[in-house]
Formats: sequence, structure tokens, C-alpha cells
Amino acid sequence: MSTEARAVHFPADDWGGGVHPYRVGHRKLGMWLFIVSDSLTFSALLIGYSYLRASNVWPTPFPFYPSIVFSSVMTFCLLSSSLTMVFGVSASSRGDKAAARKWILATMVFGAAFVVLHLIEWNHLISEGLRPFTLPAHWVSTFTTSDGRLPTPLFGATFFTITGLHMFHVATGILYLGVVAARAKKLNHEDIEISGLYWHFVDLVWMFVFPLIYILSVDVGGHLAK
Amino acid sequence: MSAHVEEHFAGSNKLFISIWVWLLLLTLVEIGLAYRPMPIHFMLTILLGLSIIKAALIVAYFMHLKFERLSLILTIVPMLVICICLLFVFFPDSFRSAGLRYEFKETPPAPATEEP
Repeated sequence: MSTEARAVHFPADDWGGGVHPYRVGHRKLGMWLFIVSDSLTFSALLIGYSYLRASNVWPTPFPFYPSIVFSSVMTFCLLSSSLTMVFGVSASSRGDKAAARKWILATMVFGAAFVVLHLIEWNHLISEGLRPFTLPAHWVSTFTTSDGRLPTPLFGATFFTITGLHMFHVATGILYLGVVAARAKKLNHEDIEISGLYWHFVDLVWMFVFPLIYILSVDVGGHLAK
Repeated sequence: MSAHVEEHFAGSNKLFISIWVWLLLLTLVEIGLAYRPMPIHFMLTILLGLSIIKAALIVAYFMHLKFERLSLILTIVPMLVICICLLFVFFPDSFRSAGLRYEFKETPPAPATEEP
């Protein structure tokens, strides 16, 4: 007898044990708890970034092209990957595992596009001279304030740490989805739904990284181009 | 497929597409805001507000939390919100450290000179 069936036959108080108090399986609950803990990791990083930004002269170096165009297309890729993932989970709930696999593969393609675009963006910044603890020389001269305060070299540290950790999550998610797609017919629906939860979480984190890291560091006046 | 999953999985593809369109529109608003001249605190407030709305849409519809049992929502969401708020407890120190970091730039110490 399945756990769900036992719960129906032996009703008990929700908090007394013997039933699913949350009406989700233990693996799905585990993924939710992992998501909560990972949310706190990213929250700590983003709040640490904000702390540094509030206490330093912060460079705003991102031009419309390539930085904002690339990061916007990356956002589009991640949002679209979430849509294809939810289509995959929806197909799985109908028992159509073949369609679920196709949607998951589409999700992986969007995720891979995100990683490739992000690496190109990183390469652009590294070739400009940005390092974890060093700003490019022309950034320093451009963003030094009129009273002589230098921009902080920690810009690179926060940028590479936060976007790097996020990119690691995306890359891990692609591998995870690859395994799920390969075993889609053997896995039950909840397993596919759990992989979807992870993928949507990766998308969710980017909804904070994109505005805080990119949008708030746009070179509005084109100072670097002058 | 288990019974509880069928009961919980909800939402049509049409609904998911409309959520995706809303998320894209809110992203376009964010990009547009980047090029509007306004104080950074004002922009930060708007951007964070939009991000929270986008996150809520993703969690509620794509992650299906809206269709889960209330006990699961009440276990996960308030705990996360409270912990994130607690992380802000040291944030005011950033303004103090800004003063410390740049104070010497504004009033450089006078070089010691010896009287002949």
C-alpha cells in the first residue's frame, strides 16, 4: 500500500505523524528546505554586496552593449527555460513522459545558452582588466570622485562571486536535468517536479542578481566611452 | 502517478504563458528604469519591489506553491522572510564604515616637521 493510500485509510491528526502534514513527499519537502537554505546563502551574498556598495565609492561601468544587452538576453533565456520546465512538469503530470523529456531538453538548451552568454560577458570584463581585487586602470580614473576618493577594487570580487555562484547553480541544474531527462520514463512525476523546483529557484535568484548587480551598475552617462 | 500529486498540480499552459509574459514585461520595466535619472535609493526601492513581485510570481505559479497546502507555505515563507530580515541587522554599520574608510582622505594628517 502506498504512503498516500495509508494516509487515507488511517487518518490521523496532521501534526501527529502518520500522514503527510504538508501533503508532499519527503523528497519534495527536502528540496523545499534546500531551496530555503540556498536562498539564505544568496541573500547573505547580496546583502554583503549591498553593505560594501553602501560603504564605498562604487563604479558603475556596464555599457548598454554588451553588458546590458547580454544580461537582458540571459534573463530572457532563464525566464523562457522556466516556462519550458513548467510545461515539462505539466506534461509529466498528465503521464506524457516523452513530451516531458522534450520540454526538459528545451530547458537545458536555454540554460546552456545562459551559461555561454554569461561566459562571453565574463570574458569581456576580464579582457578589459577586471579581476577579483583589481579594477581596470581606466575604470579607476573614470570613477574617482572629485574629492579624490578611489572606487573600490572589491567590485570584481562581489561580481565574480555572486554571478559565479549563480552560474555554478545553472551548470549544476543542466547536469541534474540531463539525468532527469535520461531517466524520465523510469522516474515518477514527483521526481520531475522536484527537478523543476530546483530550476525555477535558479531563475528566481537571477531575478535579484540581474537588477542589483547589472541594472544598478549601468554607466548611464557613458563615462567610460568618453 | 500518485494521488496527492494530481490533486496539487494545477494551472493551465495558458496561465503559465501569461505569467511568463508578465515576468518579461517587468524585466523590460527594470531595464527602462536603468536609464531614467533618479536617486539611487528610489531606484533601488522600485527595483527590489519589482524583483519581489517577479519572485512571488515564480514561486506561486511556476513552483506551484500557491497550490500547495497552507501548512507548507506557512512553514517555508515566514521563516525565510524573518531570516533575511535578520541578515540586515548589521547593515547600518556600512554607513559608519564608509565614514571611517574615507575620513583620512578628507583630512589628511599633516606631515611631522621638526623645528630647527
